[in-house]
This record gives sequence, C-alpha cells and structure tokens, in this order.
Amino acid sequence: MKIHIKNGRLIDPKQGVDTIQDIFIAKGKIIATGTAPNEFQPSRVIDAESLIVCPGLVDLSVRLREPGLEYKATLESEMEAAVAGGVTSFACPPDTDPPLDEPGLVEMLKHRAKNLNQAHVYPIGALTQGLRGERLTEMAELNDAGCVVFGQPDGLLPNLRVLMQAMRYASTFGFSVWLRPQEISLTNDGVAHDGEVATRLGLPTVPVCAETIAISNIILLAKETGVRVHLCRISSAEGLTMVRAAKQQGLPMTCDVTINHLHLSDMDIGFFDSNCHLMPPLRGLSDRNALRNGLLDGTIDAICSDHAPVDEDAKLLPFGQSEIGATGVELLLPLTLKWGNEMRLPLLKVLAKITSDPAEILGIDAGHLSVGSAADICIFDPGYYWKVTASAILSQGKNTPFMGMELPGGVKYTLVNGHIVYER
Amino acid sequence: MINRNPQLDENGVLQHLLTTEGLPASILLHILDTAESFVGVTERDVKKIPLLRGKSIFNLFFEPSTRTRTTFEIAAKRLSADVINLNIAVSAQSKGETLLDTVNNLSAMNADMFIVRHTQSGAAHLIAKHVRSDIHVINAGDGSHAHPTQALLDMFTIRRYKRDFHNLRVAIVGDILHSRVARSQIHALTTLGVPEVRVIAPKTLLPRMVERLGVHVYHDMAKGLKDVDVVMMLRLQNERMKGANLPSPEEFFKYYGLTPEKLSLARRDAIVMHPGPMNRGVEIDSAVADGKQSVILPQVTFGIAVRMAVMSILAGNQV
Amino acid sequence: MQLPDAEILFKSLAKKIRSDGGKDFALVGIHTGGVWLAERLHQELGIAQPLGTLDVSFYRDDFDKIGLHSQVKPSEIPFEVEGVNIILVDDVLHTGRTIRAAINELFDYGRPASISLATLVDRGGRELPIAAQYIGIALELPVDKMLELKREESGKLSLNLYDKCLPE
Repeated sequence: MKIHIKNGRLIDPKQGVDTIQDIFIAKGKIIATGTAPNEFQPSRVIDAESLIVCPGLVDLSVRLREPGLEYKATLESEMEAAVAGGVTSFACPPDTDPPLDEPGLVEMLKHRAKNLNQAHVYPIGALTQGLRGERLTEMAELNDAGCVVFGQPDGLLPNLRVLMQAMRYASTFGFSVWLRPQEISLTNDGVAHDGEVATRLGLPTVPVCAETIAISNIILLAKETGVRVHLCRISSAEGLTMVRAAKQQGLPMTCDVTINHLHLSDMDIGFFDSNCHLMPPLRGLSDRNALRNGLLDGTIDAICSDHAPVDEDAKLLPFGQSEIGATGVELLLPLTLKWGNEMRLPLLKVLAKITSDPAEILGIDAGHLSVGSAADICIFDPGYYWKVTASAILSQGKNTPFMGMELPGGVKYTLVNGHIVYER
Repeated sequence: MINRNPQLDENGVLQHLLTTEGLPASILLHILDTAESFVGVTERDVKKIPLLRGKSIFNLFFEPSTRTRTTFEIAAKRLSADVINLNIAVSAQSKGETLLDTVNNLSAMNADMFIVRHTQSGAAHLIAKHVRSDIHVINAGDGSHAHPTQALLDMFTIRRYKRDFHNLRVAIVGDILHSRVARSQIHALTTLGVPEVRVIAPKTLLPRMVERLGVHVYHDMAKGLKDVDVVMMLRLQNERMKGANLPSPEEFFKYYGLTPEKLSLARRDAIVMHPGPMNRGVEIDSAVADGKQSVILPQVTFGIAVRMAVMSILAGNQV
Repeated sequence: MQLPDAEILFKSLAKKIRSDGGKDFALVGIHTGGVWLAERLHQELGIAQPLGTLDVSFYRDDFDKIGLHSQVKPSEIPFEVEGVNIILVDDVLHTGRTIRAAINELFDYGRPASISLATLVDRGGRELPIAAQYIGIALELPVDKMLELKREESGKLSLNLYDKCLPE
C-alpha cells in the first residue's frame, strides 16, 4: 500500500526536524519526505492539514495482562488501546501470570501479538525465575526468543548478592537491566507516600529512603558490574538528585517517569481514591515539581504510561486492599503534551521523551522518521481536547486518576509498518 | 479530583459520620448538645425512647470488637431501632464476596444505617460512596484513619468536666502512628478551638509531619504533661509492644506510662481519659486508672449517649 | 387580630388551678413556652415538689418528616413519678400530638397517679382525644397561623401570631 501524507507538520525529534512536509510511504517504509518520488501513485492520501505527523510513540511500560490475567484485559483490547493512543512500539513488563521467565511464554506472546498486526511488542524478560529474586533466568535463551532487556520492573529488588550476579550475567551478553528502585524491607505493607496525606488518612507508608537506598545500591552495583541500567518509575526529588550525580560521573544509566507521577501528588488521593493507588506511590508536590524539571534537564530520559489495566472489582476496595496501577497507554500523548504546554516547551523537545529517547533506551530502531525506516507514524491534532471517560478509553481498564479530566491531543491516524492500524 | 466532603450533602447537612476532619464546629457541637439530652434518658428507669422505631441498623464488623459493637448496639436499642449484628471477618469475605457485594446485599434488606468497623483505612468512605443514597453510614473505626464517635464522646467528656474548650491544654499520649482514635481526637480538638494540643510519643510511634495536623510534638512525658488540663491515653496494641516499634512493654511503661508521679506534673485538676480497653502497667498505672482524676468510666456512659445522638441526627437528616 | 394579654391569661390560669383545691401535685412544663409558664406557676402556687421539664423531641411522631429538632434540651424530672398527681403545662394546645408525646415520655419515668393538663390557650383543631383541665382562654384561630408564647428579658410573657411555614 502506498500512502501520501500531505500538508502535515512533520516533527521528528531525532533529526531535529519541525516543518510542514509531506511523507511518502511504500512497502511499509518511508521512502521520501518533501517531494514525491518519481511516478509515486498513492493508493491513499491522508490530508494532515493542521495536524502533527510524528514518529509512532514508544512506551516503556505497557501491561497486556497476558498470559494469565485475561480478566483484567486481553491482548486484543490492549493492543487496540495502544494504537488508539498513537503507540507503535512498547515494552511489556514480565509481571504476567506466570511471569515472562521462559522462552516458550515469550515466543507465544510475540507470536500472538504479531498476528494482530498492530504495535510492535517488546517483552521484558524476567531477571529472576518467577520474579522471586532467587535464581537467574536463562537470559540468553530468552533473548533469542525476543526479550530485548531484563528486569524486575515491578517485582521488588532481589537481595544484593543475587542482584549483583544477575547484573554481571546480563552484562556478559550486553543486555540492559531494568530495575524499579525500591528497597523491599522499607516497603513493608506501605501504600502511600510518607507525608502529610498518609498521616491524615492513616495509610501505611513507603518512605522516600526506600527509593534512595535502592538507587544507591543499584548505582554501586552498576559500577561494580559494568551493566547498563535503566531505572524504572523514579518518584522522588532526592532519588533524582542521585541519578543526576551518577550521570554526571558518566555512568551509563537512564531513567523514566510515569505520566501519573509527572502530574499528580499524594494530595490527589483525596478521600481514598483507589485510582491513585500506584507504585511507587504518588509523592509530595515538591517531588512532582522536581520530576517535571528533571525531565526538562535530561536527568529523566523518557515518559512512560506504566499502563496497568485493573478490573473494576479490584479497585472497588479500601485503598490499601485495592490493586495497584492505572490504565494509561491512551493518555501517554495527552499527558506528555500537557506537561509540555505547562512548561512552555517546543513540541520537538516534548515529543522526544515519548519517541526517540525511549527507543534508544529500549535499544530498538524506532521513534524516528528517517527515509528508509519502518513507517511507524502517529498523526494527531494538538489542539483537540477530549474528556477522559470510560467509553472514550478503549483499554479494558477504566481505572485512572485522570477520569473526567479534559486533556489535549487527539490521535487521528496511527500507522505501523505503513499500514493504517487506527483512524478516527 | 477534589470532591466535596463525602459526609455532607450539597446543603452541608450531615449524611454520614466518617471522620471528625473537615466537619464544622457547629455540627460537632450539635452532636454534643443532643447527647446531653440522651444522658438524661440513660439515667431513667425506662431507658428506651421510640425515636428510631422501625429503623434497621446493621453493625457491620469486618474487624472483631465486642466492646465497640456493644456500645452501638445498646445505643441503637435505646432508640428502639432493630439491630442486626454481622461479624463479616469470617463469613462472606472468605468466600470471595467483596466488601461492596456484602453491603449491597444488606442494603436490599431495607437497611437504614450501617455501623462499619474495618481493618482498612478508608473502608467506611468506600461504603458511604457506593451505598444507596438513603442509607447513612457511621464509621466505627477504619484502620489507622478515624474513629469519630470515640473522639466525640471524648469531647463530650472534656466539656462535661472542663466546660470550655478555648482555654485548654490537652496531651495525647502513646501510639499516635497507628491510632485512629488519636487522629479523630486531634481534628475534633482543633476544630472545637482547643488552643494547645500536644502529642507525646517515641519517634517510632509518630507519623511523619504530624505537626501539620496542628499539634505540638513531645518525646518527653515530663515536658509534655506540664500544666495540661486533659491527658488522653491511647491503647498500645499487643503486637506493637515489642519488635521494630518498641523494645518492650516495660520500657514503654517506664518512659511513657502514666503514673501518679508523671500525672502530678499536669494541672492539679487535670482529668485522665482512655478509650479502653486498658493495658494496666503498659500505658497506664492502676493507681491512675482508678484514681480520682480518672474519668474513664464516665467516658463509657457518655459513649452511649453520644452514639444515640449521632444515630438520631443522621436518621433525621433525610436526603 | 388583637391577641389577649398573656399576663392576664396567666393570672386566670393560676387562679383556676388554685381554686381546684389543695391537692398535692407536681408541675411538669413542656419546652419551651410550657417551661416558662410552669416556672411561674411553681412560684405563684408555692408547689413543694421540684419542677419537672420535658423536651418531647425524642417522642414526636413526625421524626421521619422533619428529623431531629436542632436544639433538643434535656428532659428533667427531679422527683419520683410513681404515684404522683402531675399537671402538665404547655403554652398552646392545638392538635394534641405534643401532649401525646409528653404523656408517653412521662410513663417512661414511672406510673403517675394522674395526669391533667394546663394550657394558656386552647386554639382547637384537635387530632387526638385530648382535653385540657385548666385553660387560660379558648380561641378560634385560622389554621394557617401559628401561635407562640414569647418571654421578654424582664420575664413578661406575650402571645405572638405567625404565618405557618409549611415544610417544603
């Protein structure tokens, strides 16, 4: 299929391009920008007048809930949600049931996803068997099966000896290790940030030092083992300071923040809103502001949705018993744009955080619009505001703290490998 | 998103009693004033009045507590309501029925009011949010969050003995961190205009930023009790007496237990309160618990009247 | 419309009770106007038994319609009710429902030998088989009006007529 996208404002952060330019697609690839190649006969012309044409978004954390947790969501529902959100590549955490710790499971997931012909799925292999933090997984085998990186993004950190060996082993093969910095012994039964809100509501807490101590350990182990580390879901100002210092020392370390932590603080829990039961917990306003600035100065490399569809019953429980997580893959673009608008940033810089930068962290050839690359494209209207409602969201999970809010950015078309996989 | 206080309807009328936080002083005082009338009723030969005749009140106890359940039951019966006691910790919840399933089933049995006790902070809020709009919810203790009727009966007791809230120094002593009673007391005391509320505890039993609730923090009983008018002791749960929170009940008693010597630092006419049940020799010395300054038994009596007042006011506030 | 002087009605009411003979009885006033009257009668007639007061809010039959009165006052019966002759005192007798509530409440304190009723104004309109034994005056009043006793700071009593505020 040959497609001509005309009159759009083309923004490609990787190449530093922000201009009105046409794109020409054939055989799944971008074959030209600007003027049409000779004898180009498009079968479809998309008029992108007043729309933005950018690389398909790359999300570092989207849970498909398969295998094992289909009552929360299915591969079909969440793959559709992803492309509706303009996301064309994403990493999915290994916290399925069973966890992604065996090549067979990974192959099955890749195969099922591929048959849907939608976004590219990149499974994160479990760093330890069953995510139990005791025994290493067959990382090289898992890599052959399709895992690009390894981690415990949601399982808590293994003990330091196992963690060090896992990092050493991963570095043997040049794999990156993705870790969510949270010290288990300081987490206990905590569900909220250790601040005024938890004090008022009488909720058990996860102190900031659970994050900073873990970051400190990870930094020292990264130096020790030489592995490339990605810190998932950073939440505190103090943690950010440590990452900044480590990066200044030249450590090959990256980190991300979720759309939730970028906009919300513990105050948003209000009267026990279980949609705000997230992990790491939403922290104080000063932490949130530090994260927004950390993203701006490059300490934080990428924004992810941390998409976690939860069935309604699991959220209709007292705060501490409700299930952790929020749906978000369809809010990645709107909430990133909202951050950019509020910080008065050029779109070129804003979109880098959800296209080229996360692609680099994931180590995949995506997130750019170079001629010759796969035609993974998102076309959206930056001036379109829509209300987050249960029916407006395609994901099976309707759980988000942003329910009822008006957000900017309406996706009009999503293309994967030159196919229109979403349009409205 | 910030919602309106879930205890009040759009006209500011009390529909549920979930916490003392955020309620205007006028509502707290109305409850205390109404309770005064019920004290008279509880002193008569016939202690029953027909006010809530025909109403069904469900005691939903997801956390066992015979004592609290009994006080609500007596209060409801004295108002002529039908009382149904349900200890749900063992029955439905273990069969996979959710909290809200249970509540919906009971609503269908024409309930008028739910008294809810739960181990999780926020449980009563959750029920109040999802319950049929003509059902009133009273929080009888949720996790470490709130226990508003206990705090109100404490306020009632203080007013009985000290008359005015505006010139008092009040000290709350013990496990503030895990105490729903302490949180509700602090909000009630500050709302009613007590100028100085102190909390006294070791750092392991204090929540972060507790001073933001409007209290002064002390770690030393000698300093904290100096010249106070009211000493409110808290119960120390067994499981917190030793381990990571405290080394031993003996050491806690030595430094934070209320003894006659420590009490002598307070004002001579200071009253001593405790929400019960007491751990004698852990947080309070028997000589104090049974002493002249103790108002612990009157608290229990007033507790019935205060709960009658809360139930009557809520039942009368139709949507 | 010209209302009668409450002070004159009071004198006449006191006289009727006194002339009924020196029976040994106790006075119980119903909040709020009835208590003012009962206090005056207690003094005027030199009653030996201490004065009782009732707030019938907890015994009203319209709780489901209007809820709890915003300012309930404690009922106080500072004598043994058992076997005592009681005169209930209220300012205005109308439907009889308040008196029904008061009688019920009195029986929760004990079994009196007898209860009779004294009222400053009987305005008719009874909805229950209740009658007063001592009446200051009987008046015909429009149904949409409310009659209320007022007390000035000096203690002087007066009657006032209002438009009835119908519940929404």
